[in-house]
Amino acid sequence: MSASRRSAGPSQGLRIANRTIGSRLILGTGGIPSLEVLAGVIAASGASMATVALRRIDPSAKGSVLEVLRDHEIEVLPNTAGCFTAKEAVLTARLAREAFETDWVKLEVIGDEDTLLPDPVELLAAAEELCDDGFVVLPYMSDDPVLARRLEQAGCAAVMPLGSPIGSGLGIRNPHAISQIVDAVSVPVILDAGIGTASDAARAIEIGCEGVLVASAITRAEHPLRMAAAVRLAVEAGFEAREAGRIPYRYQARASSPSEGMADIE
Amino acid sequence: MSDTDRVHDGIFQVVVNGLSSTVVPGTTLGELVRRVTDHQAGIAVALNAEIVPRSHWDAVQVQAGDRVEVLTAAAGG
Repeated sequence: MSASRRSAGPSQGLRIANRTIGSRLILGTGGIPSLEVLAGVIAASGASMATVALRRIDPSAKGSVLEVLRDHEIEVLPNTAGCFTAKEAVLTARLAREAFETDWVKLEVIGDEDTLLPDPVELLAAAEELCDDGFVVLPYMSDDPVLARRLEQAGCAAVMPLGSPIGSGLGIRNPHAISQIVDAVSVPVILDAGIGTASDAARAIEIGCEGVLVASAITRAEHPLRMAAAVRLAVEAGFEAREAGRIPYRYQARASSPSEGMADIE
Repeated sequence: MSDTDRVHDGIFQVVVNGLSSTVVPGTTLGELVRRVTDHQAGIAVALNAEIVPRSHWDAVQVQAGDRVEVLTAAAGG
């Protein structure tokens, strides 16, 4: 049995809304160079859930993202990417529910085109409306523990703070804030956005996130399949490290070799 | 309906996914969806920014100037 299979066990699975998601790594499909690479990345990542955006159908397209995900029995997590208001995001979520027959949504309401940072006011309004409408809402949010608590109170099934701006690959710029979010809410925290490489994913899990959502770091890597495998291993390593209990930080050194029994060789 | 929308024989224009499309009176949303895709699964339709459930596509007739969006999954983070 492979390590990835072990981590899919019930004691280690990602629990959201009373369901266990097989892998702690949720795959973002944005930026994938082809459907062939998507199929390979799905296999290499071990992911059991992947995001999609809702866009106008291209009559000339050969094959579809949806077909690849369904062929690999990957759960579809629609997002509301590109929405700048609560109204747009709520309509997009409802359209996605109609299209994909899921009431799960990765809720994105963007407030700025350059940074792609979330608009917290619109986000909370959209989250409240969608939770009231029976959606399982996973909001993409800024790294703010107060907002995380408000989103949990609105009924969100998880919170998804950013490590750094979407697609920046800057990693977790404020790990302290992410730890505070983990402490502030009882729903799972899934780090979303900013992961640049495998070690960022390991760190997210080590500091208490229950999962990570990774798109660009994998899809835009020079070798997406290798990076998908690396991030899968990093998520497993991060989880094992967290469960193992790291040593405390110390200001000064603490020798690991015994000070007794030294040879008299001065 | 504006004068520019009205053409002889009742033929008129609607906008499907941002492109102007000529239709005859009585054309349904279902027919417009079939113009752009053979699929029904994985598709959502909005008519003038309102969702139309799949079960209603063949019952809803479009009007001149209607904006129809036929949407599906695309790669996205």
